[in-house]
Amino acid sequence: MIKTKSICAAFVMALALTGMGALPATAQEAGAETVIAKQAWTFGGLFGTYDKHQLQRGFQVFKEVCASCHSANLLTYRNLAEDGGPEFSDAQVKALAATYKISDRTVKGGTRPATPADHWPPPFATEQDGRDANGGSLPPDFSVIAKARGIEEPFPWWVLDYFTAYQEGGPDYIHALLTSFVEPAPAGVQLPPGKHFNKIFPGHAISMPPPLTDGLVMYTVGKGEQPVPMTVDQYSKDVSAFLMWLSEPHLIARKEAGFRVMLFLIVFAGLMYLVKRRLWSSVEGH
Amino acid sequence: MAEHSTSYNPGTGVEKWLDERLPIIRFSKEHLMDFPTPKNLNYWWTFGAILTVMLAVQIVTGVVLAMHYAPNVALAFNSVEAIRRDVNGGRILQAVHSVGASMFFFAIYVHMFRGLYFGSYKAPREILWMLGCLIFLLLTATAFMGYVLPWGQMSFWGATVITNIFSAIPIVGDGIMQWLRGGFAVDNATLNRFFSLHYLLPFIIAAVVVLHTWALHVPGNNNPIGVEVKSSRDTVPFHPYYTMKDLYGVVLFLIPFAWFVFFAPDILGDASNYIMANSQVTPTHIVPEWYLRPFYAMLRAIDFNVLFIDSKLGGVIVMGGSLLVLFFLPWLDRSKVRSGTFRPMFKWFYWLFVLNFIGLTYLGAAPAEGIYVIIAKLCTLYYFLYFLVILPVLSRIETPRPLPASISESVLGAAH
Repeated sequence: MIKTKSICAAFVMALALTGMGALPATAQEAGAETVIAKQAWTFGGLFGTYDKHQLQRGFQVFKEVCASCHSANLLTYRNLAEDGGPEFSDAQVKALAATYKISDRTVKGGTRPATPADHWPPPFATEQDGRDANGGSLPPDFSVIAKARGIEEPFPWWVLDYFTAYQEGGPDYIHALLTSFVEPAPAGVQLPPGKHFNKIFPGHAISMPPPLTDGLVMYTVGKGEQPVPMTVDQYSKDVSAFLMWLSEPHLIARKEAGFRVMLFLIVFAGLMYLVKRRLWSSVEGH
Repeated sequence: MAEHSTSYNPGTGVEKWLDERLPIIRFSKEHLMDFPTPKNLNYWWTFGAILTVMLAVQIVTGVVLAMHYAPNVALAFNSVEAIRRDVNGGRILQAVHSVGASMFFFAIYVHMFRGLYFGSYKAPREILWMLGCLIFLLLTATAFMGYVLPWGQMSFWGATVITNIFSAIPIVGDGIMQWLRGGFAVDNATLNRFFSLHYLLPFIIAAVVVLHTWALHVPGNNNPIGVEVKSSRDTVPFHPYYTMKDLYGVVLFLIPFAWFVFFAPDILGDASNYIMANSQVTPTHIVPEWYLRPFYAMLRAIDFNVLFIDSKLGGVIVMGGSLLVLFFLPWLDRSKVRSGTFRPMFKWFYWLFVLNFIGLTYLGAAPAEGIYVIIAKLCTLYYFLYFLVILPVLSRIETPRPLPASISESVLGAAH
């Protein structure tokens, strides 16, 4: 009996130790010295919602910088006017769409101005065109990129994520990626031709050149509004927020429905408990 | 138990007419309302009802999702996104279905571990237990094929790894793998047949659930003390006592379910599955969803050859064996006492088995290197030792604590 108990104890301890150990290796393992810092997002946590001004700025960064190489095939112009997004006016969206040409073989000449119902046109006609223009690498599509990226956390912390509903690993990663370029590459680092050094990118050699510089995108300041800094850090935050919206456009509606459902379920469960207790009170032994 | 008297008296002429032709109301009254149920069932017993609700939720959401889904390699990924973006309530519908898979497995694991602790697999409930194991196998297959449908990176590579397992079988293995895939590699044919089977299997599960319930209603419920019902004092009618308690359990279960659906719908999934399947790019780590990881860990734990059995076939044998051994459990544990509460030595090994299983779940996602490999081997060993050695030996050497004379005695004793 003593022997079996000690064997049990050894097993339990062994299991506990694995639990305490590092999480499965991640894409970040190559850059152990760079920890991805979590940012304070307006859409984080239970009560978080998108800041439409931030989404509008992020869209501007996307449109003026990212979109020259990255597609966003699932984005339609009308999405930009929908509730819970950048919420541009219908007229703004219509005017914006009209400035883009859509290839359409059913019309004379093969192109026509875009309408709000059209999808955002890709920068390259084919995947091969995209590769040819970017040194052999294909810039990934942005439609759901913020949910296709994430950060890994060591043991006890990822358990907490289930309780805090942390879902912002994607924008945290994108913000970190955009702010972690080192040009020129640190001494002693050999990069393949056409690659750039990034502290958090797996393997550190990324095909994308640093896309942002301070002052690259001109933010307009409305009357009586605080000017937003035109820095790489701010651009990165704004475009990461925009990409999160692009990946999860119904986040606000989803959370709002969630509050109603949770409230109903909790009240309902309470009533059910009272009924159940009353019903069972007549059963012998209860 | 089976020969309990019925209290159904058709009130109207129409009911009497129906009762003589199809006594469906009589049947429902006997089995869904009057059925005598032990009065000491605890909340672990509500998971049967919870699982029934989960099956219904998955079928209903699944049928609606199938109206919008396109099972074609070029369209599947974007059609799932279109559901999230453009279908009314689609984001929530899709989240209910994908989170629902996890909740379904959580509930079935609780249900099975409850059966393991309280000895619900012992005579006369062997068939009931084996039907449950069959449901679990079918559920595993259904969930695996469902995970392939969104056609993300992890869908594709998961399908590749799992179908590849079959190629380990000597002589016919390659043939079986190609038959499952409908080609040499996972492609459009694979996606189409998985979609078809994913739609079919839940209805087969529902049919086995009917048999499972039938097999339950012959001997009646086991209960936390494992002493059979002795008199009508030990039982209460299923309705309203257990319909109420089960419904309360279901509503409680829906709270964490809703939490994930509305506030963290993607947290249980893998980020790689938001990248469209690409046969040219292998993800760094291919991991199944959490609910399949214990068995995946055992598959990978066998990385050595035994005689003429190479490591790949060995892993398949171990993974298959880990599921098959469950079917033989009623004949491995010969202890006459059902409930673990009265088995002082069993308890220790049982809880260690639970910990071991959680450990395997963790290891299924850990990299197959270093210390993880050794621990995975030890955990796999304990998984089999528990069933094949510990339970048979315990039933010979253990002296159980004295059992209460009846359910009523134990309930009244506990109340004082």
